[in-house]
Amino acid sequence: MRQGTARGIPHGTARGTVRGTVRATVRGARLYPAVAAGGFRRYATYGTATAAGVFTNTVFGFVLAYTYVALWDERPGLGGYDQAQALTFVWVSQSLLAAGALIGGGFQEEMQERIRTGDIAVDLYRPADLQMWWLAADLGRAGFQLLGRGVVPLLAGALAFQLALPADPLRWLLFLVSVVLALLVSFGVRYLLGLAAFWLMDGAGINLVAVVVTVFFSGMLLPLTVFPGGFGEFVRVLPWSAMIQVPLDVLMGVHSGAGGAVRALAFQSVWALVLLGAGRLLQSAATRKVVVQGG
Amino acid sequence: MAEAEAVESAVAPARSGGPKGAPVLPVLPVPPLVPVRIRAVEGLRGYGLIVAMWVRSTMAYRTSFFLSTFGNAAITLLDFVAIWIMFSHVDVLGGFTLPEIALLYGSSSASLGLADLLLGNTDRIGVRIRDGSLDTMLVRPVPVLAQVAADRFALRRVGRIGQGLAVLVWAVSQLDVEWTAGKVLLVPVMVLAGAAIFGAVMVAGAAFQFVAGDAAEVQNSFTYGGNTMLQYPPTVFAKDLLRGVTFIVPLAFVNWLPALYVLGRPYPLGLPGWVAFVSPLVAVAVFVPASLAWRAGLRSYRSTGS
Repeated sequence: MRQGTARGIPHGTARGTVRGTVRATVRGARLYPAVAAGGFRRYATYGTATAAGVFTNTVFGFVLAYTYVALWDERPGLGGYDQAQALTFVWVSQSLLAAGALIGGGFQEEMQERIRTGDIAVDLYRPADLQMWWLAADLGRAGFQLLGRGVVPLLAGALAFQLALPADPLRWLLFLVSVVLALLVSFGVRYLLGLAAFWLMDGAGINLVAVVVTVFFSGMLLPLTVFPGGFGEFVRVLPWSAMIQVPLDVLMGVHSGAGGAVRALAFQSVWALVLLGAGRLLQSAATRKVVVQGG
Repeated sequence: MAEAEAVESAVAPARSGGPKGAPVLPVLPVPPLVPVRIRAVEGLRGYGLIVAMWVRSTMAYRTSFFLSTFGNAAITLLDFVAIWIMFSHVDVLGGFTLPEIALLYGSSSASLGLADLLLGNTDRIGVRIRDGSLDTMLVRPVPVLAQVAADRFALRRVGRIGQGLAVLVWAVSQLDVEWTAGKVLLVPVMVLAGAAIFGAVMVAGAAFQFVAGDAAEVQNSFTYGGNTMLQYPPTVFAKDLLRGVTFIVPLAFVNWLPALYVLGRPYPLGLPGWVAFVSPLVAVAVFVPASLAWRAGLRSYRSTGS
């Protein structure tokens, strides 16, 4: 049996020369949008699954909305929100859930499977960067799910309940930026989980733990502003807070003035950079570990 | 154990395309004309054999198994922590105290966990229809429902059951209830009948996938979504929603009606007191249409041919 190592496979083959770098950049500018478009189309194919997902998000939205009504009836102003804001929190977070792949359904299961079967070697030989490739595909998927699974539940919620959605287009623009940053943070965490399969082989356990942590610490279950005392302050600086809590606060204008919104976006950007950077480090450690079985 | 291996060798290569060579037909003795009762026994036996195989396979990745069992327990635990955080701000929610809600929470979680352990993987039927691997199940001498239910049997789901039961026990110890024989009996009956009702919803959802394709999420919204709803008192929800989950998809019988009887509280729809005890009958009543739907779905199945 032939055996070769994939030690030190160059990602982005043409490096070293200025002309090579330029060529790689030009190719990347065309390649990654194409990968993203592929991700979008791939998920757009499954119409029934999308409809079923919309139904689920709407059902959960109603269940949570009624419990929030009971809770905010009992304690008006809890967590700094009035009842309409609390209900906005429920419905918008249900709309973001699929796009952020917060309870699974993103790329990391597929990536872990490719690592387990060894198909990842093919990905490493491609003239594209592994992290950028998966990021582009995941953003394409998220783009579809934001439209396909986000709009209808939010409309259903807005019809059934009094929501506190802003009329100011600038606020929606800030929200959109915040959502993109939230997607980057979510990808950053999930990329680390995907790479973990290089060491664990089977990702089922770590994925499940990740879902639990995400559900709890993103604010999906209960806004993080409701969490008590020092524990509340702690959970609000964790990266999961950047996935649901921060975009919602940006949308509802909880951060007073432009400075507040900028600080919120900066918080998300820092986590996105830290996590994506950690992903690169772990990726280079992982690819040094890969041994490709030939034959 | 010899038979378990025979089934395994037949099942494993078909499933994974593994290198074990041509599939060997399992040596399960099945008479040509099978009476219903024996068929049920055969189904259970086949189910048991496949489950035993998956448990062995799970144990091959032991770290992952313990992590995922822990994860399963933690998912429900954090649900409960969220409720607990709510109660750090309020004394009652919808007129119910924390131990009362814990009773609802624990029973619903344990019921769903049990149903999920035994029948939860029926939601993978959509994937099997899409990739054509359902065909291999049709030629095996074990009822298809038993095979589908045992498929990728996930022992880690005992985590959720254990966690639900722990909260249930805590609730029972905290509640200020005058326990009668009827109430004591009602608690375990509630958990088991609730699991059967959730199970029927899962079978019906699997049948629906024969028609709708890959729509596992629809059944999730009734099982997981229903479970989230049943963790909170019915007084929180709109009357129309309550009518829906009482008379159309009878999830209210999983725990609301029996638990409200135990707590001595009225159901918002004003039903007579004896309905608290009919959950097992409701479970049977919903399993009949669910299994008929399953049969109809299976008969209408056309293979993708690939």
